Amino acid sequence: MLFDYDVLRLIWWALLGVLLVAFAVTDGFDMGVAALLPAVARNDGQRRQVINTVGPVWEGNQVWFILGGGAIFAAWPALYAVSFSGFYLAMFLILVALIIRPVAFKFRSKRDEPAWRGRWDAALCFSGVVPALIFGVAVGNVLQGVPFHFDSDLRPFYTGSFFGLLNPFALLCGLVSLAMLVLHGATWLQIKADGEPAERARRYGMIAAAVVIVLFAIGGFWVSAMDGYQVVGGLDPVGPSNPLRKEMTTEAGAWLANYGAQPLLWLVPLVGFAGAALAMLGLYARIGALSFLGSKLSVAAIITTVGVSMFPVILPSSSEPGHSLMVWDASSSHYTLGIMLIATVILLPIVLLYTAWVYKVLWGKVRESDVNKDMY
Amino acid sequence: MIDATLVELSRLQFAMTAMYHFLFVPLTLGLSFMIAIMESVYVMTGRTIWRDMTKFWGLLFGINFAMGVATGIVMEFQFGTNWAFYSHYVGDIFGAPLAIEGLMAFFLEATLVGLFFFGWDKLGKVQHLAVTWLVALGSNLSALWILVANGWMQNPVGSVFNPDTMRMEVVDFAAVIFNPVAQAKFVHTVAAGYVTGAVFVLSISAWYLLRGRHKALAKRSFTVAASFGLAAALSVVVLGDESGYTITDNQKMKLAMIEGMWHTEEAPAPFALFGIPDREAQETHYELKIPWVMGLIATRSIDQEIPGILELMALSELHIRDGLLAYDALETLKVDEANAEARQTFLENQEYLGYALMLKKYVADPREATDQQIAQATRDAMPNVFALFWSFRFMVVIGFYMIALFGLAFYLVSLRRQVPRWFLRVAFLTLPLPWVAAELGWLVAEYGRQPWVIEGVLPTFLGVSSIGVTDILITLAGFLVIYTTLAIIEVKLMLKYIRKGPEEEESADDPARLDERFSPAFARPQE
Repeated sequence: MLFDYDVLRLIWWALLGVLLVAFAVTDGFDMGVAALLPAVARNDGQRRQVINTVGPVWEGNQVWFILGGGAIFAAWPALYAVSFSGFYLAMFLILVALIIRPVAFKFRSKRDEPAWRGRWDAALCFSGVVPALIFGVAVGNVLQGVPFHFDSDLRPFYTGSFFGLLNPFALLCGLVSLAMLVLHGATWLQIKADGEPAERARRYGMIAAAVVIVLFAIGGFWVSAMDGYQVVGGLDPVGPSNPLRKEMTTEAGAWLANYGAQPLLWLVPLVGFAGAALAMLGLYARIGALSFLGSKLSVAAIITTVGVSMFPVILPSSSEPGHSLMVWDASSSHYTLGIMLIATVILLPIVLLYTAWVYKVLWGKVRESDVNKDMY
Repeated sequence: MIDATLVELSRLQFAMTAMYHFLFVPLTLGLSFMIAIMESVYVMTGRTIWRDMTKFWGLLFGINFAMGVATGIVMEFQFGTNWAFYSHYVGDIFGAPLAIEGLMAFFLEATLVGLFFFGWDKLGKVQHLAVTWLVALGSNLSALWILVANGWMQNPVGSVFNPDTMRMEVVDFAAVIFNPVAQAKFVHTVAAGYVTGAVFVLSISAWYLLRGRHKALAKRSFTVAASFGLAAALSVVVLGDESGYTITDNQKMKLAMIEGMWHTEEAPAPFALFGIPDREAQETHYELKIPWVMGLIATRSIDQEIPGILELMALSELHIRDGLLAYDALETLKVDEANAEARQTFLENQEYLGYALMLKKYVADPREATDQQIAQATRDAMPNVFALFWSFRFMVVIGFYMIALFGLAFYLVSLRRQVPRWFLRVAFLTLPLPWVAAELGWLVAEYGRQPWVIEGVLPTFLGVSSIGVTDILITLAGFLVIYTTLAIIEVKLMLKYIRKGPEEEESADDPARLDERFSPAFARPQE
């Protein structure tokens, strides 16, 4: 094997981050656009204009989410098993949104009745807002630790409840996530749309950017006082993936320990703020490329901040800290991680290549007058 | 111990969502290819009617594709939500094909399908054609990787149990990919998809012809469907036989149940054409047997025996007892990793660990199982013989019917014979049959695998998540409501666009002359 087990685990931890960032940066803007739909488009022509700015690309974007699911299954099976079954009803809500979304895009313009279109518009908005909120709420719960444990067969048990997920810190994270994707959607509309929808998106985008900056800062202070998780012993970076063989403790402020050890890491949350500020500036000055770049940076950096704060913890257990899932004890086997890396190295560049080509073909603004019968 | 209600509800939800998903998959597989063929003719001949055909069938494809995508998302995530122990236990192997499917196949079709619909004015003819072919390729590759995953559940090659991580791990990835069961399933499944696409096009075209509408488009579509469908229908049956051949190595029980064969018969075994399998009496009533046929199909020999249900059950009792040795050693290893003796015992018996796990249905610690409980677990190895026996036969009958239908259709369109109205009616009425056959096929494959979720490795009931019955009742009701609503909307939209028909630009060609040259079968008046 080309890489040692610990190196591969580290690579797959990074790739997990890359996938989540790619999902948020691509599918994030079309979720943001869907969430903004009722606010920025006031008549059917405008709504079709707004929908068609993402019409040809949302489907490919959504594959980042599917691929994220598949990659977690393949590389972090314990995480896949514990988190999806633990957050059962929250996952169901996300699935409902993602079932409705493709159908809403496809079916909306297939009939002319305003009532029919109105219902699908509401469905689209729901399918943008709900996942954005829930992803954030989930991350907020992960940071605080989730009540789960294993038996000796490694069967996972989750002892929390759905309403337990809706605690103040988690809701704050949900709002950060929603504001971040609304900002991202607004910057996309500034590039791809014109006229009233673009102008309204600009205003909502600036508000969203301000909300991101304020809430992300509050979240940061909250985390600095929160109990973080640390390994006491028994963890071997090249050992078998068995999360029962280590000891962990919790300590207030432990989520900032990595920044103490590597001060350069402070750049990551800093980019989170700076990106949102840049996006706001771009929106204000009507420079689409600048605002979209800023929101991309902000989205990527905010997600990365969560990852580097928790490293090497992936999913902490609040009820049985020793059973927490770590980069070093929750992965697939050495062999599977190696095979999957080879597959990724070969296939991912091809994916990026044709995705870039598709965006190039579709380059340019979508105007209300461009929308024809063949489109959504 | 695991709540039996939870197990039943989890299975119900998976069966429901999977069978629903598979209403859309086969049409995507078949229609994507047929659209690519139609567009190829357009690019090669430059005749706009073929572009109109591509766009019209593409529109229906799009409605179906959206439903396939929406319901497929649920499949990707519900292993984790509802089958958490399964996900932990086999994720090291099972997750990889799913992830590769996303990277290699789903990305391709989903990214490019947008350009198929939105790219007509933005791309050159050849570029657009390439996009269409890549969408078809993507959907077919997608089926390949999903069936590699499913094939491993039927025939778990290339993997062993690791006592340190308490799960199955890959040792030979090539064996997982080139698993003969997976390969046979892949060709059988995609060919069934092609048949579905062909029946869809044939049937709707027949309806237009019966009504005398959109003749130019319907005739050409009918011809494409007849040729494509004949090749596909022949492949389904021939390659389905290949599936039957491969299951003899590792799924003997499934084969015995399909045959309602309780006792090992002298080789070569007969094929039961008819019968009423009775689980209580352990015999098949009113059997009508054709000598030799089953032995020849399944073993490709005249001297190899096919074991019967009762003999296989006796064998599984032996496996359970060997499995208990492995289980006992594993319990020792849990507390004493370094125990060399236990490791050795485990290695010698690990193959049968799954059989010991079957006892967990009746007793928390299988080592404390009574003889009676072992007998119960042995009986579990035999699911509903009647359902399998008849599902299989209905599927096969539909398969042969398809060959006859497309054979006749091909004969009629290629030999310059007129297509009679009765045949158009038959073709129209055939519309639901490929879906019936596909769902029955999955029933044979998946229900026939019970009581295992991974054949011989992990019993189904152990795979579930530790969630509450209320939780799953909520999601089950939710899926039921959403899926039913979407099904109604989908069918209504399909019907609306089928009734409305294509938007043709026939003026570019002279329809009469075109008929002579490209579709002689329909050149003469219908009646």
